[in-house]
Amino acid sequence: MRTPVRAINWNRLEDEKDLEVWNRLTVNFWLPEKVPLSNDVQSWATLRPEERELTIRVFTGLTLLDTIQNTVGAPAMMPDALTPHEEAVLSNIAFMEAVHARSYSSIFSTLCLTPEVDAAFRWAEENPHLQQKARLVLEEYKAGSDPLKRKIASVFLESFMFYSGFYLPMYWSSRAKLTNTADLIRLIIRDEAVHGYYIGYKYQRGLERLGEAERAALKDFAFSLIFDLYDIEAKYTAELYDGIGLTEDVKSFLHYNANKALQNLGYEALFPPQACEVNPAILAALSPDSENHDFFSGSGSSYVIGKAVATEDEDWDF
Amino acid sequence: MGGLVYFSSGSGNTARFVTRLGLPAGRIPISPRDEMPAPALPYVLICPTYADGMGRGAVPKQVIRFLNDPDRRALLRGVIATGNRNFGATYALAGRVISDKCNVPVLYRFELAGTDLDISRVQAGLAKFWGTECLTMA
Repeated sequence: MRTPVRAINWNRLEDEKDLEVWNRLTVNFWLPEKVPLSNDVQSWATLRPEERELTIRVFTGLTLLDTIQNTVGAPAMMPDALTPHEEAVLSNIAFMEAVHARSYSSIFSTLCLTPEVDAAFRWAEENPHLQQKARLVLEEYKAGSDPLKRKIASVFLESFMFYSGFYLPMYWSSRAKLTNTADLIRLIIRDEAVHGYYIGYKYQRGLERLGEAERAALKDFAFSLIFDLYDIEAKYTAELYDGIGLTEDVKSFLHYNANKALQNLGYEALFPPQACEVNPAILAALSPDSENHDFFSGSGSSYVIGKAVATEDEDWDF
Repeated sequence: MGGLVYFSSGSGNTARFVTRLGLPAGRIPISPRDEMPAPALPYVLICPTYADGMGRGAVPKQVIRFLNDPDRRALLRGVIATGNRNFGATYALAGRVISDKCNVPVLYRFELAGTDLDISRVQAGLAKFWGTECLTMA
């Protein structure tokens, strides 16, 4: 007997998370055209030539990762999907990665000269660290490899490997430079956060079907892969940021993000808190307008109790 | 010392934080068919954030259902919100929404499953907070 070909029914969910994430991703949809990048032209002109070259290289490296996730990573996870809705979400993820990759070219065409950009794309093809980290992930995406190892690699790409690059526009933004470009990068960061969260969630659902020994083997694999990737990221970071003296600052940001990537997979932190003290200006650039008013840390402005909202139970619609 | 109530979806981040915290806590169930915790004493709520880019939908539906009950809401004393800084201005937004609605303070915010530093700050913070709460009630 032949297995019937099935149409996707969004009114019969096996996993509520699929619809939740689909809704989140579709509501958050955006295109680079909505960001007024040309307002950064004057700011771009204030950067020194080596700062401009660094910025173009960083964005080219990010373009490479988005290209991989668009053309290989997300499609490679589709056959592994546990539900038809997961496949649909992955198709959204694949497309948004194409939007991200395309966005960097929008930044380039707005701010940069063609020869500068062409030189950076040549640099990306020749840079051993960038090529090595791309290859390491592509190895796991290959057909025939373990579906859960693919998810581990994918979460690391989404939640860790981008951050040596994302650091720079946050740094410029904290110094009131390239602020519109930073707005666009924040949209990308927001998307990647949902992607890493969702793929990590599906990884945890996959793990639940396995025995103790297999789970332990996958955990070992995950920690060993993040070590290898970190090693490459540290070299890549030094090569890029030594020139402007920011390597150590970027590394704290890498440690912090490596821990967050592991949390998406359901694992504990690898780097101790003292290695993850991210420059507060970078944290503020990541989540602007989200001033900390909490009691326990005693930092931030004091909390003012007041403006009680008279609440009827009927209007308890958050 | 007062109690703790929390919500954690299938990602398990908040649940892992509460386990490491080592304090007794009631879990608001993921499925609407399961029974809600029924706190008898004042409590602090730990709530993750699910906002979209505009900040809509920050508080999970199950938490809304839980707080919709006037008896349960009356015992809420503070909220600890979780989230991810990568969501920008909506980071840990659920805390602010609940704080405004229920007129209770946002006690703390942390990312995902929290760090060791977050654990010790929340342990110390809660002990101090309940101490203060007793004094004001005396």
